[in-house]
Amino acid sequence: MSTLRTAALVGNPNSGKSALFNALTGARQKIANYPGVTVERKAGRLVLPSGEVVELIDLPGSYSLDPSSPDEEVTRSVVEGNFAGEAVPDVLVVVIDAANLEQHLVFAQELIGLGRPTVIALNMIDLAERDGLVIDPAALSDALGVPVVPTVAVRKRGLGVLLDQLETAGSQDMSARHQVARLTMPERRLAARNIAKGAIVSESSVHQLHAKLDKVLLHPWLGPVILFGLLFVIFQAVFAWATPFADALDAGISALIDLARAILPEGIIRDLVTEGILTGVGSVVVFLPQIVILFAFILAMEQSGYMARAAFIMDRLMAYVGLSGRSFIPLLSSFACAIPGIMATRSISDPKDRLTTILIAPMMTCSARLPVYAVIIAAFIPATSVGPGIGLQGLVMFALYIAGIVGAMVVALVLRRTATKGAASGFIMEMPRYQWPPLRDLAIGLWQRAWVFLRRAGTIIFMATIVLWLLLSFPKAEIGESQVDASFAGKIADGLHVVMEPIGFNREISLALIPAMAAREVAVSALATTYAVNAEDDDAAAEGLIPQLRAEWTLPTALAFLAWFVFAPQCLSTIAVARRETNGWKWPAFMLAYLFGLAYIFAGLTYWSAVALGL
Amino acid sequence: MTLDSLPPLVRAEIVHVDWDALAPEEGKRLRALGIDQGARVAISHRGIFAGRDPIALMIGRMTVALRRVHAKAMTVREI
Repeated sequence: MSTLRTAALVGNPNSGKSALFNALTGARQKIANYPGVTVERKAGRLVLPSGEVVELIDLPGSYSLDPSSPDEEVTRSVVEGNFAGEAVPDVLVVVIDAANLEQHLVFAQELIGLGRPTVIALNMIDLAERDGLVIDPAALSDALGVPVVPTVAVRKRGLGVLLDQLETAGSQDMSARHQVARLTMPERRLAARNIAKGAIVSESSVHQLHAKLDKVLLHPWLGPVILFGLLFVIFQAVFAWATPFADALDAGISALIDLARAILPEGIIRDLVTEGILTGVGSVVVFLPQIVILFAFILAMEQSGYMARAAFIMDRLMAYVGLSGRSFIPLLSSFACAIPGIMATRSISDPKDRLTTILIAPMMTCSARLPVYAVIIAAFIPATSVGPGIGLQGLVMFALYIAGIVGAMVVALVLRRTATKGAASGFIMEMPRYQWPPLRDLAIGLWQRAWVFLRRAGTIIFMATIVLWLLLSFPKAEIGESQVDASFAGKIADGLHVVMEPIGFNREISLALIPAMAAREVAVSALATTYAVNAEDDDAAAEGLIPQLRAEWTLPTALAFLAWFVFAPQCLSTIAVARRETNGWKWPAFMLAYLFGLAYIFAGLTYWSAVALGL
Repeated sequence: MTLDSLPPLVRAEIVHVDWDALAPEEGKRLRALGIDQGARVAISHRGIFAGRDPIALMIGRMTVALRRVHAKAMTVREI
């Protein structure tokens, strides 16, 4: 049996490569599994006209085969066939932006010079036409010696022709390629300029839309105001818009619990399903709407080209703490999840800069903290309004995000003068043209994020919930003794409680923090499971977590709990990914130590001041 | 005149780049973006804070953000 042929998409950043990948493979993509994989590898399958199935891989965007970041290093190794475990691609699909030929042809020539079967996708040809550029693909093909196919990935234009070319790419004539291979960088650039000139039939002045948008969005003082306004809207939206969906999910889970109670016979299995699995997993799944909304904003910012402007605006502020605007993108992604955030640091070329960004990324409030914050805020912060459109609950949420950001900035400042000391970092970044975020790519991106979250709920959180339920339910309590006190978990929590009591944490919290090492949101399900097991009867358990928290916790404890989660590195996946990205245990260990230290100190300070204020 | 003192929206040609003043990786990245001797550029935007850093540079049909320290290493001639 012959092995699957592979094709690789290669090209400059901002060439519309990912959109083309989505258009070619649809939802049939292999979502990278973060821990244990050495490289984020996006792969999908496509069917050629002959019926042959080809594996298509999407390589990280690069400017040349002379890498200046770990991301570009991967691209080079794969196309040169030096990447262990990855066969050299049978066909290269070089994606170039039709509106930026002069620049993108530089890398394209380098790739053609490799002497492998190559097809050029002249992408975003519609945007080029809108900008008044008329390009002759045949002239381009003659000059480069490889087939050129005009495509519009977001409208699926030209994909059929591209597939035909992939089919026949194996029989390409390579004889003219050697000269290209020997060109130096300046020669390639000169050639690119001439080839672009020859292929452009007519050209009007640069489209005004981008210039006009930049005039507003990069305005010295309007720009930052718009950016911070947008961020504030995002955080309000995450809290407000998600509520109806979350309520509906919550009602669905309650119905499931009732159904399980009705059909299962009384006994240990029924308790495991209702008190353990459904209560635990359910309390996490209800946060799916918030996570989807947050990711929708982040993906839209990325795909529209605004994210690079945000990086531009933030660069100077980041420079004060020794970082650059480039760190802003990984850090903003970390608001959704630190794992893609830490992986996004690969585009930072300076190693010290990159390390600092990795170390502070877990302090950005990720979506796994949302369930924790949301449940505590809903239980202890009244839903009053403090101004038009501004709720107190949303404001507290905003303050928690700010606390994480300020903490991260201070830590970055200290690190850049001590542990990650080095030359001041630079900031060099292409700012892509604006475009309306393609709905299809937005949907695929959202689906992948939602899937990762649900898969975590179905695996890590599911397992943690069952283990915790077992620890909580055995051994059975004597008459008159509480079940939690008698259980194994109760004994473990007793030990931890000695350390946590000074900062106002009760034993249930100490208990919940143990399984929450797997993932922060487990803290919520663990609390739900603990209180459900401990409840006198099913009715009290069915009332849910919030009334029980109100009954059992004081306000200072709740606030200290929130402060703890601003810093605490309770996420095994983040630690695993930090180990992988820093090649060792030294920095993840450092990260664990300093974040737990900060968490303890700030939870303590919060608790003691709240008690002193008489809250 | 160095690039950092070029007024906004004035077209200029880069006549010399002091590569030794830049970190090798940064030089590489600038060259990869086509910012090199002979390139024709113009500044479109500058930041708000101290030193009006960073700088948005138009080159061809592309806009590239860079810092003032990079611009200082480039000698330009108005065209």
